[in-house]
Amino acid sequence: MSAIVRSRLAATKKSRRGSEEHPWARRALIASAMVFLFVILVVPLVNVFFQALETGVMPYLRALGDANTVTAIAMTGMTALSSVALNLAFGLTASWCIAKFQFKGKALLLTLIDLPFSVSPVVAGLLYVVLFGRQGFFGPWLDAHDIHIIFALPGMILATLFVTFPFVARELIPLLESEGTEQEQAAMSLGATGWQTYWRVTLPSVKWGLLYGVMLCNARAMGEFGAVYVVSSNIAGKTETVPLRIFNLDLGLGGHVAAFAVATLLAFLALVTLALKTWLEHRQNQDLILASALPKHEH
Amino acid sequence: MKIGYVGAFRSPWFGLLLGTVLSLSVQAKRIELLNVSYDPTREFYLEFNKAFATYWKDKTGDDVVVNQSHGGSGKQARAILDGLSADVATLGLAYDVNILAEKGKLLSADWQKRLPDNSAPYTSAIVLLVRKGNPKGIKDFDDLARPNVSVITPNPKTSGGARWNFLAAWGFALKKWGGDAHKAQEFVTAIYKNTPVLDTGARGATITFVERGVGDVLISWENEALEVLHGKEKDQFQLVVPSTTILAEPPVAWLDKNTKSHGTEVVAKAYLEFLYTVKGQEIIAGNFYRPRNPEVATKFSGQFAPTQFFTVDELFGGWNKAHKTFFAEGGVFDDVLRNGR
Repeated sequence: MSAIVRSRLAATKKSRRGSEEHPWARRALIASAMVFLFVILVVPLVNVFFQALETGVMPYLRALGDANTVTAIAMTGMTALSSVALNLAFGLTASWCIAKFQFKGKALLLTLIDLPFSVSPVVAGLLYVVLFGRQGFFGPWLDAHDIHIIFALPGMILATLFVTFPFVARELIPLLESEGTEQEQAAMSLGATGWQTYWRVTLPSVKWGLLYGVMLCNARAMGEFGAVYVVSSNIAGKTETVPLRIFNLDLGLGGHVAAFAVATLLAFLALVTLALKTWLEHRQNQDLILASALPKHEH
Repeated sequence: MKIGYVGAFRSPWFGLLLGTVLSLSVQAKRIELLNVSYDPTREFYLEFNKAFATYWKDKTGDDVVVNQSHGGSGKQARAILDGLSADVATLGLAYDVNILAEKGKLLSADWQKRLPDNSAPYTSAIVLLVRKGNPKGIKDFDDLARPNVSVITPNPKTSGGARWNFLAAWGFALKKWGGDAHKAQEFVTAIYKNTPVLDTGARGATITFVERGVGDVLISWENEALEVLHGKEKDQFQLVVPSTTILAEPPVAWLDKNTKSHGTEVVAKAYLEFLYTVKGQEIIAGNFYRPRNPEVATKFSGQFAPTQFFTVDELFGGWNKAHKTFFAEGGVFDDVLRNGR
């Protein structure tokens, strides 16, 4: 379920059971959760920076300024940008269809959208190799027309697209469903065209959820390793994304510090994502408060 | 239409990145080669590619950029079959190039005769790397089968080095027990019982042993072990050269089908031939591979310990046969792994 809907539910429901447990039990539970999070999340994250700066600031900066690392950043930017843009277009269309209309095959479409959640990224990558590789289904035709998909940028975008497929749509469907169709019907009855209704009524009502989905999609796209590893040729300065760069640097003898230096980029990405997420949830809640202050129409 | 990495290369992102580089060399032709290689050659080919670029620039005035791709030898061969457009393949063992010829029809079946020394410009030994002071007292392959020893070696299904390691131990056992294959299998099974991890490539295994601190002994390419012993962690390890071991001969080949479509036939061939020049052989020896050139070998003889060698042809009837017997689906290695777990 969408995190925003979840937080909305939590906000409206309030916890009615919170005070029933013994205060010590509650404290012990909270403390154990904190210790667990600290050991599993905080320590490794801080350690990334610690390892990266092990030999000082200059080696760190040199590792980040390396031409192949810069190319890897550009490659990550390109794959993330393309897959987010395509997922945005797909996610908006699919979620709108699913939330606002009844049609045959709706359940199937929903299942298909969820598929990447249950398929291992490595399998996703291999599927594309089997389809587009030289020995694959479309291989001979692609080879004859000199089109490179596997071991090139298009394959890497496809693989990223596959693993990030559900993020935008899954975020929007529950939101759009909870909105219902009354507002759209009102707009239509006042003479708005379908397009106007979508742009001025439907889309604004889910804008924070949409941004949230895009942000998660982007974070996943930039961090994806397994699927991209299978379909990339792993060539430094050509087909390396940031996660692949980290992997390959780590495999170089003595490449440990450089690998962690590049890893700090992904750690920063995680922190920025976290900050944006908090801000988005804050904005969403403000909108909710604003909306609940307005008189609600009866029907 | 041509998309793919050529397309990516022409996209604005790369245009920005490489524009300055290209503007400096507008007249000279810029040639790109892709060398798809196995795992431990990362550092060696980095140095060799620079030397070749200088040599080719002096000779023809053209700029040549050699891109490198590394991974387990078997995995790399599979990638080439799946369409990774390599100009040259410099893999861990001849079988992996043989399948490029047989299955992929990327080069002629007699590729090994096109260059000197069976197209293997450098060789290496399979040796043992142990922790400082040799706490487990490992002196030879026998000691790896002892129950309290933890052995690091990669997975023969994906790694070329791992297949050499396997055959080195097998060959050692054959020599020790007078050619008894049953005894050899028992011995090798005992070794694999001692392996806590099987990495996909030799380099992964080295990192597991050296940087992650797992295991008592690493079965390794000699070049890889010597590189560790000349690196910053050199004081923490020591070399154990087995009494008898396999002579590993990693082959090189240009792939006719790919070079023809890239128009790189001449430069790809020259690139591999440069490996046999004195300059090339010195870079080879400087990166701890055993050179073929006798003078260079004499010059660097101090860094290679003497040992008894056997070859895959002598003991196993060549790579195609060895692969079929040991590493193919349902081969001896599958049994070893099943019984060793």
